[in-house]
Amino acid sequence: MRRQIPLILTFLTGIAIFIAFFIPHKPFNEVQDILLDWAIIIAGFALLLGIHSLLRKHITHIKKKDGGWGYSLILTFFFVGVFTVGIFSAIQYKGYSLTPGSLLYFVYDYMVIPLSATMFALLAFFIASAAYRAFRARRLNATLLLIAAVVVMLGRVPIMENAFFNFLSRFSDWFMFIPQMAAKRGILIGVALGAFAMSLRIILGIERTYLQ
Amino acid sequence: MNVLLAILFLMQQTPDSLSTDTVEIVRPAPPTDVIAMDTPNDVGGSVSVQWEISEDDGKGLNNVILYNVFRGQSEEGPFDYIGTVGAGRTSYDDQTVEKDKVTYYYIVKAQTKEGVESEASNVASGKAAPQWFHHGRWNILILGILFALFFAFYIRMAKGKELFIRKIAGLDAVEEAVGRSTEMGKPVLFCPGIGYLYDIATIAALTILGRVAKKTAEYETRIIMPNYDPVVMSAAQEIVKQSYTEAGRPDDFNEKDIFYLTQDQFGFAAGVDGIMLREKPGAIFLQGVFYAEALILAETGHSVGAIQIAGTDRVTLLPFFISACDYTLIGEEMFAASSYLSRDPVMLGSIKGSDAAKVAIISVILVGAILGILGGLNIGPFGTWFQSLVNWFGRG
Repeated sequence: MRRQIPLILTFLTGIAIFIAFFIPHKPFNEVQDILLDWAIIIAGFALLLGIHSLLRKHITHIKKKDGGWGYSLILTFFFVGVFTVGIFSAIQYKGYSLTPGSLLYFVYDYMVIPLSATMFALLAFFIASAAYRAFRARRLNATLLLIAAVVVMLGRVPIMENAFFNFLSRFSDWFMFIPQMAAKRGILIGVALGAFAMSLRIILGIERTYLQ
Repeated sequence: MNVLLAILFLMQQTPDSLSTDTVEIVRPAPPTDVIAMDTPNDVGGSVSVQWEISEDDGKGLNNVILYNVFRGQSEEGPFDYIGTVGAGRTSYDDQTVEKDKVTYYYIVKAQTKEGVESEASNVASGKAAPQWFHHGRWNILILGILFALFFAFYIRMAKGKELFIRKIAGLDAVEEAVGRSTEMGKPVLFCPGIGYLYDIATIAALTILGRVAKKTAEYETRIIMPNYDPVVMSAAQEIVKQSYTEAGRPDDFNEKDIFYLTQDQFGFAAGVDGIMLREKPGAIFLQGVFYAEALILAETGHSVGAIQIAGTDRVTLLPFFISACDYTLIGEEMFAASSYLSRDPVMLGSIKGSDAAKVAIISVILVGAILGILGGLNIGPFGTWFQSLVNWFGRG
């Protein structure tokens, strides 16, 4: 029964969603909204599990003084700090803790956003290093990739205005809209069919790995 | 005081009241051929009103700026205002209908920017009613049933037979990656990306996790899995636990290694990067939903010398993974992973079914391309057939 009940629930839910997609009549039109509400409630409670998991791991690190326990200390300190600031701001602004002027807004604006932006900015360097490896013309595939990349880059950001760069610009557009788009759509059709096959396997209980 | 009274007097003079003395009121022509009908493919409670634009909308006096729609309970009125749409528009959905299957009456008036309304249009009547089938989705239903039949046929055919499935290098490398980690005495890192449990790619990632965890259990190698979503974390903990139990090593399972990190995209990327640099895993699996952080993770993984197997259904991210990782599962390969790794004939049958559906789609694309070319050359009725094909697939 431990396996049968989840399988039955999966089957019934999958079929209900499938039917509701084609029937706009009540009560089928409400199925998706009801399930979405349930998902939001479950996600809310699951966040408590997440916080428990995070703190348990790092507090254990600190207690045992494992390698890198200092990072765990910093994480725990800032978790407690931001949590306290959040509660304080929520009380001060009657639930709207991220109101401009609140302490939590200050933390978000001056700590979270700059840190996220810093991580995002690293992407520029990672793109350069990945491109360097990918474009090394060791094989035919890599050589074609290199040629296509150079043409598209020069076409999109022409160095100067003349007939050659105008041609590259038009060629780059053609390359992006025809061969590139054809390949992309081919992959997308495969993804859609793969997702359909997988959904069918899950609904019919053929695929069970996810609920082991 | 007199000045104040004069200002108050002027403020009471609305443009309309002033215009009656100085400007001649010019009524625009009303909209014509108003019809009202049930809004199709809905749950009821809505009537669609349609009309032909006023003769002064974009032509004639060219003074119409909007249309006001009114509803009444009898043909003679009274009619209450229910909504407005801009000039050029020819329809309005009245979604405030209180009772289905009751006749309501509608009129429409054009209005100028001076606020002058036209005469009322003809009166149109209509009833709202719920539908039991969404007629715009016939194509999806027919294709869905057709593809489901393909799958059913191949699953049935697969029982007791060995089906040929082309080799997928990324999946064949799973054992090699886990084995390499074991030999180097390093852990395996599994990152499910920043998707949620309702993302099909995340579910596919969890099915791959089950197979990878079984290998790590057999090889007695540690598996680390930082999570973005606590629901995914809970599901992953159960899957890994079960895999360790099936491998006969339930005691080796460490719940603390499947942990929650953060729901901030770049915070998650920074956390996973830190884990990669500190733990130096021998194998990294990047499977699931990724966005801009994909390359940050993949490049850091490359810098620590790990063998990397990535997989996602996001087409725009595939070039990042292909550039930075040793193996990449492209779209459908990721969804086929669980079946491929299990070698279960029934599961493999569904992959064959998917391939058959793909052949059907390629055939339709070829037929469409030929019809389109012949239609473009104005040969016979091919142009009409091509348009019918496009309309059928584009409906809904």
